[in-house]
Amino acid sequence: MNKNKVRLILSTALIVGLSWLAARTALARITLQGAGASFPAPLITSMADEYRDITGGRVTINYQSIGSGGGIRQFNEQTIMFGMTEAFLSDEVMANIEKATAGKAFNMPITLADVVVTYNLPAIKEGLIFDGALLADIFLGKIKTWDDARIKALNPNVNFPRLPIQVVHRSDGSGTTNLWTSYLSKVSKEWRDKIGFATSVNWPTGIGANGNEGVAGVVQNTPGAIGYNSFAYALLNRMSYGYLKNRAGNIIKPSFEATSAAADIELPEDTRILFTDTPAPGGYPVAGFAWMLCYENMEKNKAISSQQEAEELLKFLIWAITEGQQLSESLGYARLPAAAVEKNKAMIRQMKWNGLPIGRQILDR
Amino acid sequence: MIKRYTRGTHNPGSQIFKTRISAIYQRLGDRIFALFIFSLGITVIICTVLMALVLYADGAAALSEFGFFGFLKGRVWDPALNMRFGAFPFIIGTLITSVVSLAISFIPAVAVAIFTTEYSPRWLAHVIDNLVNLIAAVPSVIIGLWGIFVFVPWMRNSFYMHIYTWCLDNFPAILPVLGNPIGYGMTTAVIILAVMIIPYTTALSVDAIRQVPKEQREAAYALGATKWEVMKMAVLPYARAGILAGVMLSFGRAIGETMAVAMLIGNKNTLPFSIFGPAATMPSVLINEFREAVDNLHLSSLMAIGFYLFIISLAVNLIAAYLQRKFSVSGARVV
Repeated sequence: MNKNKVRLILSTALIVGLSWLAARTALARITLQGAGASFPAPLITSMADEYRDITGGRVTINYQSIGSGGGIRQFNEQTIMFGMTEAFLSDEVMANIEKATAGKAFNMPITLADVVVTYNLPAIKEGLIFDGALLADIFLGKIKTWDDARIKALNPNVNFPRLPIQVVHRSDGSGTTNLWTSYLSKVSKEWRDKIGFATSVNWPTGIGANGNEGVAGVVQNTPGAIGYNSFAYALLNRMSYGYLKNRAGNIIKPSFEATSAAADIELPEDTRILFTDTPAPGGYPVAGFAWMLCYENMEKNKAISSQQEAEELLKFLIWAITEGQQLSESLGYARLPAAAVEKNKAMIRQMKWNGLPIGRQILDR
Repeated sequence: MIKRYTRGTHNPGSQIFKTRISAIYQRLGDRIFALFIFSLGITVIICTVLMALVLYADGAAALSEFGFFGFLKGRVWDPALNMRFGAFPFIIGTLITSVVSLAISFIPAVAVAIFTTEYSPRWLAHVIDNLVNLIAAVPSVIIGLWGIFVFVPWMRNSFYMHIYTWCLDNFPAILPVLGNPIGYGMTTAVIILAVMIIPYTTALSVDAIRQVPKEQREAAYALGATKWEVMKMAVLPYARAGILAGVMLSFGRAIGETMAVAMLIGNKNTLPFSIFGPAATMPSVLINEFREAVDNLHLSSLMAIGFYLFIISLAVNLIAAYLQRKFSVSGARVV
């Protein structure tokens, strides 16, 4: 090969490379930084992939799954553009933010979490029926064997073995525990007065296992075990899970539809509500939102440096609560009900950049 | 009693260095290198101090809320209803698991070291060495998973359940001490921990035994000692500082081991603990609750536990250094 040919090839490559680079920079690629709850992380990353394709690689979303606590902290410290959490911001935190940014902090539901009771009983498959009071007493350690009269009363056709009940709970702090204990708190006065609800609680009995996979592992390995898992996880691992009697008295088989139905209730404007033990007649009683956190005055968030970034964030958010929801079922999530989408849009309408109502502008476009 | 072989305390050459630094070491390159090494060394110290300071600063809220000793003695860990925190159950859990696992692992670990250095043929020693090191190389989360899916069901079905039912028939009074035989608990965690720390004791013991001078052994043989007596009287006493270093390294490792313990110990945050039943340690509660600790006091309490853990580890290291110096064979006559 002669020298000229080499030069020609090299310079062509250079020109192509440079023009490609120029084209990319002209489009101004934007990365949206978010962090928080681990439960919605698979959904958010799938949404991110999909959204990057839709925008032709222009907008990427970098979501770090660091836990709800970390999400809230980083949101407060303004090192991320949006936070994700399975526990909505407390009144105190809301008030502090309102003081600091002269605007509200919005908790915007992105998806739904649901928790099922899982168990391991030889020769008994899916579909044992439980009600709240029974579950609370099991997790309080008051019902000790599977052939207890109260379990039999709800499942008259099942032949229960005389096995000790082995309670399994999450040892790590988790939104799953928050939902589960919130449900138990609502259905049992004793649980409410003695234990309460949070991402981790002072468990009165049982074995603590780390993560959904830990609880699943212990339950599947221990005859007589009862635990709780996120519904998607129980489905994937073919665990036996129970049906719950909800507040309306209906026996609900866990499903994405029943979970969505649980949230189809009268929601407060800021959507900060735990609707475990939902009044919705067809709703599954152990379900809750996972929220995205944003500031009303978006320019106050130090992590957002330009109006363009704020607008792209809003566009992604709107896409995520509408078209993005189509990704839900295949990944094991329930879709947001219409009521929640409407509340989200109402909040987006209020979001501003230096007083400019960019949320409303984008929604109306 | 054998008069032991003594080592020269100092290389005579090194003393010349101290008295007069040759001009050749004053050159710029040497100075830069010295400064470089010095600053790196200092960085390590600064990092450690900063770590302690940050742990203390972040834990200060909890320590002032409950008091330094109040937090130490507190037995309630309630992050939900009452927001009360105390480190006592975790300190107890850490001490029990680490001390017992150390006790269990000590004799097998030293035995392996003696066997590979003194008894086994070279090829077998090589194989054993590698296998023991492999235990240290396996990530603890893998050991934890293996524990959940293989070890726990096996232990439950072959031991815990039998012991439990036997006691149920014969000594019902002992049952509360025995605890729930589900398999996830103190005993399982201690056994796994013992296996995990064996490589550390073994590796340092092997080194220590190999460093025993040939003359020491030959002198003992010359006096008519049997192989066992040589081990007992000439080799092990000489190597004991090294063995002790291994033990202390293992102890530190056992105190800090997190993932495998958190996966197997059953994570019960309240005293009393039982033999088979669930318990918790300081690292296990940290890894469990740190991610989702939303409340400030909760987070601060976890940091305070981290601070206590830091202090305990520091104390173990200091004691180790002291014991090692006390037991090391350097010139003095050893009994």
